[in-house]
Amino acid sequence: MARNHVSATVNGDQVEFLCETGQTLLDVLRDELRLTGTKEGCGTGDCGACSVMVDGRLVCSCLMLAVEAEGKAIQTIEGMSAGEALHPLQRKFVEHAALQCGICTPGILIAARALLARNPDPSEAEVRFWLAGNLCRCTGYHKIVDAVLDAAREMRGA
Amino acid sequence: MSTMLKYQEKELKIVGTRPLRPDGVDKVTGRARFGADYNLPGQLIGKVLRSPHAHARIKSIDTSAALALPGVKAVVTREDFAEMPDEMAAVGELMINFRDVTRNMMAREKVLYDGHPLAAVAAVSESVARAALALIKVEYEILPHVIDVVAAMKAGAPLLNEKQYTAGVKPKPDHPSNVAKRLEYGHGDLAAGFKQAEVIIEREFNTKPVHQGYIEPQACLASYSADGQAELWTSTQGHFVFRAQCAKVLQMEVSRIRVTPTEIGGGFGGKNNIYNEPLAIALSRKSNRPVKMVTTREEVFRGTGPTPGANVKVKIGCTRDGKITAAEAELNFQAGAFPGSPVNQASMCAFTRYDLANVRVVGHDVTVNRPKVAAYRAPGAPIAVFGVESVIDEMAKKLGMDPIDFRLKNAAKEGTQTYYGPKLGPVGYVQTLEAARAHPHYRAPLGPNQGRGVATGFWFNIGNETTCSLNLQEDGTLTLMLGTIDVAGGSRASMAMMVAEELGVEFERVRPIVGDTSSLGFNFLTAGSRSTFASGMACVIAARQMIEKLRQRVAKIREVPAEAVAWKDGRAQPADAGVAQFAPMTLAEIARMGGKTGGTIAGHAEINAQGAGPGFGAHIVDVEVDKQTGAVKILRYTVVQDVGKAIHPAYVEGQMQGGAAQGIGWALNEEYVYGDDGILQNPGFLDYRIPVASDLPRIDTVIVEVPNPNHPYGVRGCGEVPIIPPMAAIANAIENATGLRLREQPFSPPRVLKAIDDAAAAKG
Amino acid sequence: MRYEAPNTLEQAIALLSGANGRARVLAGGTDLLIQMRSGRTDPELLVDIKAIPELTTLAAEVGGYRVGAAITCMELIENAAFALAWPGIVDGVKYIGSIQVKGRATMGGNLCNASPAADSVPALIAAGALVCIAGPQGRREVPIEAFVAGPGKTTLAGGELVASFLLPRRSPRSGDAYLRFTPRTEMDIAVVGAAVNLTLDNKGVCSHARVSLGAVAARALLVPEAGAALIGTRIDAAALAKLAAAASAACKPIDDKRGTKEFRIKVAGVMARRAAAIAMERAGRHS
Repeated sequence: MARNHVSATVNGDQVEFLCETGQTLLDVLRDELRLTGTKEGCGTGDCGACSVMVDGRLVCSCLMLAVEAEGKAIQTIEGMSAGEALHPLQRKFVEHAALQCGICTPGILIAARALLARNPDPSEAEVRFWLAGNLCRCTGYHKIVDAVLDAAREMRGA
Repeated sequence: MSTMLKYQEKELKIVGTRPLRPDGVDKVTGRARFGADYNLPGQLIGKVLRSPHAHARIKSIDTSAALALPGVKAVVTREDFAEMPDEMAAVGELMINFRDVTRNMMAREKVLYDGHPLAAVAAVSESVARAALALIKVEYEILPHVIDVVAAMKAGAPLLNEKQYTAGVKPKPDHPSNVAKRLEYGHGDLAAGFKQAEVIIEREFNTKPVHQGYIEPQACLASYSADGQAELWTSTQGHFVFRAQCAKVLQMEVSRIRVTPTEIGGGFGGKNNIYNEPLAIALSRKSNRPVKMVTTREEVFRGTGPTPGANVKVKIGCTRDGKITAAEAELNFQAGAFPGSPVNQASMCAFTRYDLANVRVVGHDVTVNRPKVAAYRAPGAPIAVFGVESVIDEMAKKLGMDPIDFRLKNAAKEGTQTYYGPKLGPVGYVQTLEAARAHPHYRAPLGPNQGRGVATGFWFNIGNETTCSLNLQEDGTLTLMLGTIDVAGGSRASMAMMVAEELGVEFERVRPIVGDTSSLGFNFLTAGSRSTFASGMACVIAARQMIEKLRQRVAKIREVPAEAVAWKDGRAQPADAGVAQFAPMTLAEIARMGGKTGGTIAGHAEINAQGAGPGFGAHIVDVEVDKQTGAVKILRYTVVQDVGKAIHPAYVEGQMQGGAAQGIGWALNEEYVYGDDGILQNPGFLDYRIPVASDLPRIDTVIVEVPNPNHPYGVRGCGEVPIIPPMAAIANAIENATGLRLREQPFSPPRVLKAIDDAAAAKG
Repeated sequence: MRYEAPNTLEQAIALLSGANGRARVLAGGTDLLIQMRSGRTDPELLVDIKAIPELTTLAAEVGGYRVGAAITCMELIENAAFALAWPGIVDGVKYIGSIQVKGRATMGGNLCNASPAADSVPALIAAGALVCIAGPQGRREVPIEAFVAGPGKTTLAGGELVASFLLPRRSPRSGDAYLRFTPRTEMDIAVVGAAVNLTLDNKGVCSHARVSLGAVAARALLVPEAGAALIGTRIDAAALAKLAAAASAACKPIDDKRGTKEFRIKVAGVMARRAAAIAMERAGRHS
């Protein structure tokens, strides 16, 4: 089975990898690049645990083939903090206890950051609808919404 | 030391506050490692072949072509696992039989459900492993199947196990049956009680199986060494229990298996059972390489245990002034392919919220051709309570009484004799009901097509074997090694808080970790809302033991009698200036001198925690029903619960909100959908519909604290109670909004619309 | 399985033609990857069409719009001019999965996957869209309601692919809307979908109406009787009741795990009525 050679940028770093045509971007991030922060919850785009940014667009990495990543700029949870400095969303999630088991957390943080980049002052309803593609089974979403709104407030300087 | 450390009211500095959890940063940065995040060099990928039939005899399995495929390093079938005797073991709050455990992990004579494993392969890549599965040739003799619990109980139903005779029936039956067990609880004189009643309501309810829905599928990594030792990393609620079960089915000594629990991405009872673990170890043994097995979401639905579907009958009799004189229930629970549904626990929780003189609950555990059920957060109770709290609501309405007042009139309190055995100690049911009644939600106005419902829940909570070890490091900081898994609740933080409170030091000074099975003695798994209670008890015992040793050590260093040394505000101080004066010593100072004065100072505990306190909850929900489509929207939700003591209030709130959200999903849209062919039609998150963020409102919480006298901080478990009331609360709210009573779960739009249309047709 | 990402339509057609039916077009991949994973399809060749400029361009044309088949849902939603002209089509596109799925999914893929419940199709039918097809025999255009043959089946011949959609000029006082029924608020497949596209004359009387239903038959339906119920009326309660009845009567639904026949028939009328009300309100705003 001949493999495809792919070059891309991940969290600002140039990477190269080999992959089978049928491997998803999620497979490659986790198994070839060993970036295990992005999770597989369903493999069918229904849970959002595999959310990443591709060229500035929020996507499910389980619904993208690794070969499609050629030349693209990918951002995963591992690139969200700047060294020791957590992103305000990350900080607020810990402060608000907006995570319990934490498996959905990377996907939700990536999705929430994408929301705030586009809409820095979302309403509660807008947050809930934007995050509808990220399933959480532990929290009932209540503290997640609070954390996102609080982070938005801080990021606006309000 | 006694395991019963009694509650002591005292001024608290740390317990009850909201420090940041120690695993928080790792989880928000993606650094935390869950089951599928572990890898070993040279590892193989393991995959499972599953039955496509609901019921069939296995005539033959031919793995030769699979073994011959390049890249395949090992294949296992029933041939690779020993027969197991009939032997029971506790797995959380449920019991399992090893004879069934080995058959569920790998079929032997028959396949009993769509998804039942019957072979597994280990290969160099996922794609080779999948290709290998396709090459395994199985000859099946397809048998008739039965998936409905009522149908399965009838004589003449297809039998899953020809050697199963109903236990708990006298005389012993002479025909085998799918009814594995009949049980009965009760006291008083039921007939007399119903005779006394002036109003009697009798109803029947049906529920479907629902899955715990943890977002992380099961995953494990096994590495078997040629010297007969195995290492296992797995996402589990109980690594010691997993070790015990793997050792048993693999016929290995317990101490030859070292299980490291990974972070767990949700369990809710569903990760109390072994699935792939013994297969991974066996494949590793055969291939001489590590084997990683990650379950797909489809496999999670087809192969791991949901909670039972059930048929529930409830009959309650009351006098006109609102006193319940008799209560009866029959609970018929699907166990799935092997016996062991939580019908026992459901029976215990069905009526326990009420002080009843005459009560009887009969339960049946029934095998059907579906996956073997597993525990799901307060196993069985939500199902029984759906029925009971719906009838309670109907009764209150019939009597013209406020639903909370009706419950208060019959409420269980301290001293109430339960019908399943114990007498209740101090409990907070009345306080919970009163807090609910006083809440602004209860009086808020409702608009058109809107309705309000109330329901309550009870869970007994458990303790069980727990160990821990607390070590003072050379710089005065502490490491706390726990053996009870932190299944997301933040229990690591709560344990560290209790230790810090005991020692009088800052929370950040105590670093908690969960150790592997070689580091500590046996800990029961995290279930039954036990971890803050039992593990907390163990931590407090260990901390007090350490304080004893610190006092002795300081006495030696300062050359004063031990009674002269007190531990106060995080330091050793003179107990009484008049008796003996000495310069106080901090933890760091004592630790620095540790080696010279006798060695490292540590505390530890190995207990079987007794005295868990039952928890009660009351929920209020407002719904709006779209009468043209049957859609039910949750407008407002309030959870009131007695938790004894909230060590970390934010984590307690999280349990209340999370449990309620699961209950809401259970009520509105979650169900396993099977065709008549016995094949599961919705094994994925698209058509198995758990609530998304836009489906739910804010979930307000009220923490009631009636201390459990049997825990030093008054802790009761809190994780399970909140999933119990939602189904009934929502059914009651729908009734309040539409006048229609729904007794089939889920209350999905087609069902609601049909009820609305049928009622309209009947009227006109 | 091989992967190719041609830069021109001609190259893509040549690859598809040469593969003897064993190739699949890869646009957003949000249906294809799931089908590959489940084993439902096992192609030898994937032809990624996202690098072909014509397929990812949205432009005004002959007073209407030409929408490239491989434009992502999010890009379409973010195109303010298009959303103003065709809010009903954008309603449908907004319902396709999550934000993540919409970041990749395309209208071309949604159409060619040929699910009877596809969310973007009813509003395209109500709009009177044309599907522009390119293949080894050249180009052709087909009214969108004739494109899908049945569940999972289109009328594309070997080597052909959908290049773009052509939307007609928008008359003043026109509005469209798409509503669907799902058990949850998001993330579900439509149990019933209804699209209404209408135009009001300068007296507020409906001069033109097209109604389309999704998820109630083997493919999305154009329901002429439902449109006729609105034309010549002020879209009052009586007209809406006729519309709802016509919608329900046109349904040929199945019982499945997402809804019963009975439920779909009933709710089709409800959704059509509600969609018409929204379309009318939008038409009123659009003078």
